[in-house]
Amino acid sequence: MTSASALEVERLRVELEGEGIDIVDEVSFHVDAGEVLGLVGESGSGKTTVGLAVLGHTRRGARVTSGDVRIEGRSILALDRLERQGLRGKLVSYVPQDPAAALNPALRIGKQLDETLSEHGFGASGEERRARITEALGEVLLPSDDAFLRRYPHQLSGGQQQRVALAMAFANRPRVIVLDEPTTGLDVTTQAHVLVTVQELCRAHGVAALYVSHDLAVVATLCLQVAVMYAGRIVEIGPTSLLFRGSAHPYARRLVEAIPELSGAHALVGIPGSAPRPGNRPQGCFFAPRCSYAVERCRVEFPPVARVSQDHEVRCWEHDHVLADALAARTAAVPLPEIKAHDALVAIRGLDASHGARQVLFGVDVVVRPQECVALVGESGSGKTTLARCIAGLHTNYEGEITFRGRPLRAGARRRDRETRREIQYVFQSPYTSLNPRKTIGQIIGQPISLFYDMGGREMRARAVEVLETVQLGGSVLERYPHHLSGGERQRVAIARALVANPQLLICDEVTSALDVSVQAAIVDLLAELQRELGLGLLFVTHNLALIRTIAQEVVVMSDGRIVERGASDAVLFAPQAEYTMRLLSDTPSLEAALAASG
Amino acid sequence: MTDQALALESAPARRHRPWLLLLAATWHQTRAKIGLALVALVVGIALVGPFFAPYGPDESVQVDGVFALPFEPPSDAARFGTDELGRDVWSRFLWGGRSVLALSVLSTALGAILGIAFGLAAAYSRGLLDEIFMRTQDVVLAFPQLVFALVLVATVGPETWLLVVAVGITTMPRIARVTRGAAVEVVERDFVRAAESIGVPQRKILFGEILPNIMSPLVVEVTLRLTFNIAVIASLSFLGFGLQPPAADWGLMINENRQGLVAGQPSGVVLPVVAIGLLTIGTSLVGDGFLRAAIGIERGGRRE
Repeated sequence: MTSASALEVERLRVELEGEGIDIVDEVSFHVDAGEVLGLVGESGSGKTTVGLAVLGHTRRGARVTSGDVRIEGRSILALDRLERQGLRGKLVSYVPQDPAAALNPALRIGKQLDETLSEHGFGASGEERRARITEALGEVLLPSDDAFLRRYPHQLSGGQQQRVALAMAFANRPRVIVLDEPTTGLDVTTQAHVLVTVQELCRAHGVAALYVSHDLAVVATLCLQVAVMYAGRIVEIGPTSLLFRGSAHPYARRLVEAIPELSGAHALVGIPGSAPRPGNRPQGCFFAPRCSYAVERCRVEFPPVARVSQDHEVRCWEHDHVLADALAARTAAVPLPEIKAHDALVAIRGLDASHGARQVLFGVDVVVRPQECVALVGESGSGKTTLARCIAGLHTNYEGEITFRGRPLRAGARRRDRETRREIQYVFQSPYTSLNPRKTIGQIIGQPISLFYDMGGREMRARAVEVLETVQLGGSVLERYPHHLSGGERQRVAIARALVANPQLLICDEVTSALDVSVQAAIVDLLAELQRELGLGLLFVTHNLALIRTIAQEVVVMSDGRIVERGASDAVLFAPQAEYTMRLLSDTPSLEAALAASG
Repeated sequence: MTDQALALESAPARRHRPWLLLLAATWHQTRAKIGLALVALVVGIALVGPFFAPYGPDESVQVDGVFALPFEPPSDAARFGTDELGRDVWSRFLWGGRSVLALSVLSTALGAILGIAFGLAAAYSRGLLDEIFMRTQDVVLAFPQLVFALVLVATVGPETWLLVVAVGITTMPRIARVTRGAAVEVVERDFVRAAESIGVPQRKILFGEILPNIMSPLVVEVTLRLTFNIAVIASLSFLGFGLQPPAADWGLMINENRQGLVAGQPSGVVLPVVAIGLLTIGTSLVGDGFLRAAIGIERGGRRE
């Protein structure tokens, strides 16, 4: 079977067991040897379900009910459980999102790699396997000396762990490999290395790879072909450059518009509403309720696959109209307000902070002026969150001076007066942990109101509704619990909880990193707008350089607890001085750069 | 900004509060229903029984003006016979449940309040205070529950309140451990930081933010402790450290009527033993139901 692609998926349908509700359906694609296909979609779109189905696996409670998965012409789904198990790791392998969870913490690296090989009968002797291990580790640029092989997973960094997982996946020279968001938890620099490694390995060994990701910039950098999933269907599939320059599906288009760009030339536009869940999907096209191109037919009939050009297919009734609209019609970014000379709102001078005995900040100076947004960027471990927490009074182990409106700020929120606590508000990274699951939204928003303001029940409720409306939620959420809301809605509630106190300074700690791109765009847009309207000082902590231009006038770049560069956003992004900033910029995956490179 | 609030993306809200979900999930199990029926039966006897008792708790049986003899077999005048002093066994059984029930519930409540307070404070404070709190609990834990109560009662005397205090204090460390164990993980979550950053008083963080998140394991543990305490209270009474004669009390009755077992009049022992047995089986079935429901909710809760 030389003519067949290495991986072929045909009309795959996965259902929730017993309920007959489909999670994904009508999924067809193929990947040739040596190619990488990007499978993109937001959370809940079914991309991981498809990725697992390629291994002949489904999550508990799900079942493949029809369709076929063929690897080199051999149907995986026709095999029984044991035969499939025998193939995994050998013919087809998997690299999960979290390498720390994939490696056995109790086994040494060498032992784990050896097991992968011996399990599939690779090599006749320990020496042969050892030679293969050396080779496999070399391919992912890791050492293979005894000292390294004797290490346990926790003794490696996140990037090294992911490389070991990659080496393991490639160890048996599989024909097909499924990578499920393997770089999500990694820093940009590490991510860039891992991406290059994946690309080279696939090309060198003729492995067909399915790269599952929500990050379009990464996919654009890595993959020549991309498939966009929405609500369990592939809505568009085609060459990356074609698809991102002029996609024929409205959803793919909106997704591209939601990606932040380093240049910040375009406004970030979120997609209102959210994808329908299995069992909740409307009649007709699933995107129709959120689509601006939708016509009557879209609400009645599900669109069939239409061929736009060679290799470029789309499921949209109106794709001719969509294609006719040039992508250049994107909204230009609203220029950020100029900062007039002001006294500092918050000024940090010579801040040294420690976690226990380990010092994490070294002589840091940062100033945020009223109505100004300062972006604090750096990789994980750079100390940016510690700095933010010192200001918020959540981290007290520091020396140095923090002044707020000219007055020194005491260490620890409890030692500050009520007004100060009201004027500095903090929004946390993950809305999944920052809202008490046992309290209603009304109680959550009501807490700061009752602490800072003397209000009766009815007045309080009115104020809560008012602030919920400024974050584009309504009073109808008051009685709900956090688990009734989507991630984006929860983050809006968290922002509302901060705004209800009428703060002067809002600290946003990686507020979009737990959210989908379309939701991230909407949240960043909301924050930028609130900052303009309410005249807030904003300290925007992020690891995503691409967000900066959209929201911040000033940037502070941190590395290993020290500030390596600071200045106006434009200056830092377009003419970086520090070597570290340059490296960070070149490692940040960018859709623009990827498209420019592809010509 | 759009003037209109966005249409809400998520599913319509279910009004059920989390603890109602736990109760509902518990009630769906047969074991919980049986347990609850048993508990209801015994509690019913203890509460309502005295109104149906033919004699007072300390009244001797008289037939035609003649006092009945000890350990008389069942007759028309005494349905389950008489006890070692010629009193009606049935009446004393109906009167004697209140004390066991009240004492075990009170002591468990005392232990739960103290244990939850110590456990939460330990989990939240961490560091030295945590060590001091939990090592103190360990000291108490080192004494078997019965021995600790015996030492106290033997020193001070058989006072009813002392019984509650003794059993309550020995219940405390067990509940404190469960509380701390569950709360340690909750304390680390960001919503606790959020409350700290705006200056919510510590007491409110402990009982308003953290406690609601650990209710499931606590309900399970407290029910289990109640089961144990019923047995401990009954044992203490049996040993003579509980209510004093001539009071009617199930534990005491078992002791008093021991000789009846050989004298061919066992009902004075059998009735209270069966009642205590059914009560403990009932509470442990309910506790087990809570446990299974709590685990089920944790597992299924992620789906939402």
